[in-house]
Amino acid sequence: MTSDPSIQRTTPVHVAPPADHADVRLTLLQRIANLRAWLFLAGLILVFEAWARMSYGGTFIINAYNLQSIAVFAVAPLLLATGQTFVIISGGIDLSMGFIMGLAAVVCAHVVAWATPLMPLPFAVLLGFLVGILVACVPGAVNGLLVSRLKVPPFIGTLGMFGVARGVAFLLAGGTTVPVTNSFLTALGNGRIAGVPWVVIVTAVFVMVMHYVLSQTRFGQHNYAVGSNPQAARRAGIDIKGHLLRLYILSGACAGLAGVLYTARFSAGAAQAGEPLLLDCVAAVVIGGASLFGGSGTILGTVAGSFVIAVIQYGLVFVNVKPFWQFISVGVVIIISVLIDQAQRSFAGGRQNE
Amino acid sequence: MNDMAQAPSVPLLEVRHLSKSFGPVQALSDLSMALHPGEVVALAGDNGAGKTTLIKAISGVYKPTSGDILLDGQRVTFSSPQEARERGIETIYQDLALADNLSIGANIFLGREPMRKAMGFLPVLDRRRMAEAARETMALLDFHVKRMDAPVSNFSGGQRQAVAIGRAVYWNARVLIMDEPTAALGVPEQRKVISLIHQLKAQGRGVVFISHNLQDIFAVSDRIIVLRRGVRAGERRISETTHEEVVRLMVGG
Repeated sequence: MTSDPSIQRTTPVHVAPPADHADVRLTLLQRIANLRAWLFLAGLILVFEAWARMSYGGTFIINAYNLQSIAVFAVAPLLLATGQTFVIISGGIDLSMGFIMGLAAVVCAHVVAWATPLMPLPFAVLLGFLVGILVACVPGAVNGLLVSRLKVPPFIGTLGMFGVARGVAFLLAGGTTVPVTNSFLTALGNGRIAGVPWVVIVTAVFVMVMHYVLSQTRFGQHNYAVGSNPQAARRAGIDIKGHLLRLYILSGACAGLAGVLYTARFSAGAAQAGEPLLLDCVAAVVIGGASLFGGSGTILGTVAGSFVIAVIQYGLVFVNVKPFWQFISVGVVIIISVLIDQAQRSFAGGRQNE
Repeated sequence: MNDMAQAPSVPLLEVRHLSKSFGPVQALSDLSMALHPGEVVALAGDNGAGKTTLIKAISGVYKPTSGDILLDGQRVTFSSPQEARERGIETIYQDLALADNLSIGANIFLGREPMRKAMGFLPVLDRRRMAEAARETMALLDFHVKRMDAPVSNFSGGQRQAVAIGRAVYWNARVLIMDEPTAALGVPEQRKVISLIHQLKAQGRGVVFISHNLQDIFAVSDRIIVLRRGVRAGERRISETTHEEVVRLMVGG
């Protein structure tokens, strides 16, 4: 924001009020742009379905095993992306999530391994989950304090925490993976209810709760306001420091949940559990329609974005294409997604460029 | 000075002998002014004349070094802009304190969102109430939008200014302080804002309005107070002065 009003903003002059039909057309365009992640997803599924039918004469999507694999595959990136959605809407970014996930996985594995001989199996697992998620909140809280109190840019603050969490996770794991033998844990991580993997159900419930928090509560509303115009939020009496602290703790907790579910699924904790997922989760949020400048994005969009990535990765393996094409495809989808976002913004008119 | 023959005895807002210094810098010295219901007072002056210091003191951003602020004849002190707002003094900032990605209703209720219970137990944002309040408030300002759910970034500068004013009106502001409300706008939009100020005046609210644009000042104000280097250089009724005289007061001829 500059202080000289003459160069501050060039607002288009609307000589006549915009005609109604233009207004409606704009809405339609915006609606389509907002749904782009779901359209991508539908398009991808159609492509893979056609591909599978042509080259194998089999089906890709009408196959319970494939659906289940994709869903399980999407669990960890989706959980990270859910937390990342909140952070990105606030105008920040959390680069430390991947290793916070690893840290939680290792801590959870240690606690379950330690507690299993001491108490009934489910209690040991519950304790491990709780401690893992609570430990994940610590680096989240440090991120929050750095960003809110010490005014460290989120990119730098969480990059620092990325290193710290990574180091601590590897130290705690002794540079290797931490195995756990607890049959209840294994059952949870790989079991199903009515054919649906248990970890998928937990994730679905959690993501629905987060959707509610973002779209229906004051916390969510303030999150949009902080990302949209922090000064306006402050003037409206919103406690920005407190909000940012809670926000990064939430982000850490999402990574923590992803970590403990990882431990459940593999019966082992690994420091590098979330390493490849960090950029995937940012990509999922962006494909889902959020702007890295803050102020926009939805959990439902992020769900679609996460599945776009999961379908690309699983689908390309399924149709037997070299795995390196995954990177190219995901990259192209990210770029197209951002281009659509920008086109939509310039169509929307009347909006100033930041 | 003109005597205020028809003015009510107790002004809505009164500033008495207000001074503010920042270290050795005297930004404002011994300034007095009054604002009556339904009155628009313009503050004019060159950069650094003390206009912004004055409105920040009134709106609770700065604590005056000495002097008093009276609201309805009662002495008040504000330790924060929130306190001033609670007492009905609302500031419309030049850079539009709106969250661009939120709707009109969400902006009006920013920081004090209404909640309702969905299915009898789940607290959710009461978007319908926000939209209804937005529609009523904007209608009060004679301002009509088709899509109440659209983010305010879709609106033009003048429309957004109306939203900021609408928020103040909804929360029952009796004194509106506007810092350069027309500076960033095109000409038709400026007219819209001027007509909004006329509406506020007709509703019996008081408006303090800073502008560099003499045309706007003459179009909407009842009185003009000219500041120069932190002191009051003069006060005139708009009906009894000219552009030339005001400019002379501003530059100190």
